[in-house]
Amino acid sequence: MELIFIEKEEARKVLRTHRDSGMDFLRDLIGMDWGDEGLGVIYILENSTTHATMHLAVRTTDRNKPAIYTVCDMWSIAELYEREVYDFYGIRFIGHPDMRRLFLRNDWEGYPLRKDYDASEAINPIRLTNEPPEDVQRSYEIEEDKEFAAIAKRENFMHVDEYVINIGPQHPATHGVLRFRLALAGEEIRKIDIHCGYIHRGIEKLCESKTYPQLLAFTDRLDYLSAHQNRHALCMCIENALGLEIAPRVQYIRTIMDELQRIDSHLLMLSCAAMDLGALTAFIYGFRDREKVLDIFEEVTGGRLIQNYNIIGGVQADITTGWEAKVKDYCTYQLHKIKEFEDLFVNSIITKNRMKGVGVLTREEAISYGATGCTGRAAGWACDVRKRHPYALYGQVDFKEVLYTNGDSYDRVLMRLDEIKQSVHIIRQLIDNIPAGDFKQKTKPIIKLPEGRFSAAVEGSRGEFGVFIESHGDKSPYRVKFRPMGLPLVACMHKILKGCKIADLITIGATLDYVIPDIDR
Amino acid sequence: MDFTTITTAINSLLCRYLPEQGVVLAESILAAICLILAYVLFAIVMIFMERKVCAAFQCRLGPMRVGYWGLLQVFADVFKMLIKEIISIKRSDHVLYSLAPYIVIMSSVLTFSCLPFARGLHALDFNIGVFFLMAASSFGVLGILLAGWSSNNKFSMIGAMRSGGQMISYELSVGLCMLTMVVLSGTMQISAIVESQLDGWFIFKGHIPACIAFVIYLIAGNAETNRAPFDLPEAESELTAGYHTEYSGMHFGFFYVAEFMNVFIVAGIASTLFLGGWAPLYIPGFDAFNTAMGYIPGIVWMLGKTFFVIWLLMWIRWTFPRLRIDQVLVLEWQYLVPIGLVNLLIMTICVVMGWTF
Repeated sequence: MELIFIEKEEARKVLRTHRDSGMDFLRDLIGMDWGDEGLGVIYILENSTTHATMHLAVRTTDRNKPAIYTVCDMWSIAELYEREVYDFYGIRFIGHPDMRRLFLRNDWEGYPLRKDYDASEAINPIRLTNEPPEDVQRSYEIEEDKEFAAIAKRENFMHVDEYVINIGPQHPATHGVLRFRLALAGEEIRKIDIHCGYIHRGIEKLCESKTYPQLLAFTDRLDYLSAHQNRHALCMCIENALGLEIAPRVQYIRTIMDELQRIDSHLLMLSCAAMDLGALTAFIYGFRDREKVLDIFEEVTGGRLIQNYNIIGGVQADITTGWEAKVKDYCTYQLHKIKEFEDLFVNSIITKNRMKGVGVLTREEAISYGATGCTGRAAGWACDVRKRHPYALYGQVDFKEVLYTNGDSYDRVLMRLDEIKQSVHIIRQLIDNIPAGDFKQKTKPIIKLPEGRFSAAVEGSRGEFGVFIESHGDKSPYRVKFRPMGLPLVACMHKILKGCKIADLITIGATLDYVIPDIDR
Repeated sequence: MDFTTITTAINSLLCRYLPEQGVVLAESILAAICLILAYVLFAIVMIFMERKVCAAFQCRLGPMRVGYWGLLQVFADVFKMLIKEIISIKRSDHVLYSLAPYIVIMSSVLTFSCLPFARGLHALDFNIGVFFLMAASSFGVLGILLAGWSSNNKFSMIGAMRSGGQMISYELSVGLCMLTMVVLSGTMQISAIVESQLDGWFIFKGHIPACIAFVIYLIAGNAETNRAPFDLPEAESELTAGYHTEYSGMHFGFFYVAEFMNVFIVAGIASTLFLGGWAPLYIPGFDAFNTAMGYIPGIVWMLGKTFFVIWLLMWIRWTFPRLRIDQVLVLEWQYLVPIGLVNLLIMTICVVMGWTF
């Protein structure tokens, strides 16, 4: 992968030209520490119609007060991405409206992903006190005749007389430890402030000290409902870097497993959406069907949620005899049960009233926020990685990229139903033709990636999951970045929640279907 | 079977040994004990029924471990709740906070005492019975509002406000439906209402307007009891537990039991006003059939009808998703109230013109 460095002062102009020429999808924004060459940011851009990609980088050599110009007015998602970079590298983004930490505590000392970071416990002990609430939004501007950015504006986010409630971190509808601070006027939401990081485990930092085979274990624990696809992406990235040829049998198994995982995730999303709307029976029905997918997983991988199945150069274990028949039975069963679920929940008049026109995200907004997956496709943006950049067997199988146009919560639910049907269609094409052969190939005992930058992306259950590795030729990577599927989804909550009611927050959250460990990493 | 014989017998027995005031006092205490026992008994049945019906709808078995077929599960639950600590909340309004659950349960018991279970088997029966019933049932919302207000919790507050808006609105529809049936029966005394259904239930006698009133009553009654699809005040996925978030132990238990018993009461009133209460099924012309039906005791009729309506309500509860607050209010003020008013008019015309059976 080729990286084009641009001058810091020129960066905004160059990026804007690229954006105006069609590079309107910011796939990822990666903070980097190149040691003596300085700190910087890599922008991965994509044209949302031609799917041409481009890698640009900006650097600053000042390590004490590094500052780069913001791009969050060009791509809305950059607002959270840049906060993440600020959190990990201390790079201040000039012109960013809200330069707060995103994942770590406000009283955290230092910037952990910098190479000169001191991780000793004396500096950052395990703090048992409450986190001091940081309610002040700061933005930076370049001051005249000064190199670094200074605080230009401070603003309090919530005012004293506002009725502020916390949804989360412990709340039944956030499906994990995400926290929204809402300012309410009666039932209506006036302001929303998103707090992430309650389950931040520093996985990207951890990766830098582990060997490549050890990295694999982390991916299953990002988005546990895309465990298989996440690991597929990382394996693919490493295999491409090593130049490994993957056996057809492995490709078949991986593709089938990816689709089963997608069905599993979509079933969970549908049933949880039902539960969040108060339809407990539909929830139980969905989970009953999901158990069957998990049984299929368990038989081959030994795991139900965390499967640890893909390995570099193959898969962990071969499929068992008679497994194909079980998968085929399940496909028939699931198509039948989907109808039942539609009748019970999706076609119910109350569901339609609760979901139609609620949480509308337009195509342009979806692209600007990088909200891929079912959310983007419900808004009419053809963002399926399986079609954009085919991998494994997706170039060869026949399936339709389902698109809706309204971009509301109801379309997002319908998307899931249709995608389950498409996944079943894909599985049925492959399951009878799994070729014989090895299920894994021998790799060297110590895997070292050649020097360079590598990236791979797969279509996870709720969007594009990307892996970026920068290797300096060692047995562990210099920098690993996972593109989260959930962070863009959470970011667009800002946009679509204004003026909604509390109950709509639950509907929108359920249909966007973010998974918190994936956001926080 | 006529229960008046039993009550008169007890009365005369007491009169023999006690002065007049003493008799009144003793009878009041006796009636109260019987009422509360019946209340608790039905609460236990309701909770068990809810768990089993819900399980059946969800392709599950429900409680199976405690006792045969899970029969002792409810007792275990109640025992657990009894031994739990009642937590007091910092900076809450302590008096109102502890008072709220009692208001809710009191309103519920008071309404319960208006139900006629068989001929002569009801505690409160006087000439404005329906009025009293509505008044008693509607001050329960006071307890809920107080609970939300005094808990010093923003979620509770939102839940309480929702429930206030919802219950006061739907009271109107419930009242209109009751009035419709009062127009048909021509009396507000509950025992008289049941008596006049001995030759045909009101839902048949009042035909179309009665059926409309019955449906509206079921919807509004469901909303009154705060159950799905109208369970917004405690919407667990939005407000964790709404107005009773901060309550524990038996204080929570009171809210819980009152909610279940309100379902029983709503169903009981539905069967009294529309399905003939303890009156057996009567079809004019089928004399042998009517006599046979008459052999089934009134209490069986009453409970059978009540539990049938409860089962309907549970079916609704375990099928539909929850409405949003604006949709709840739109449903009431734009649909149910106008329809209820027109329906009342139609019923009046029917009664005046003699177009009833």
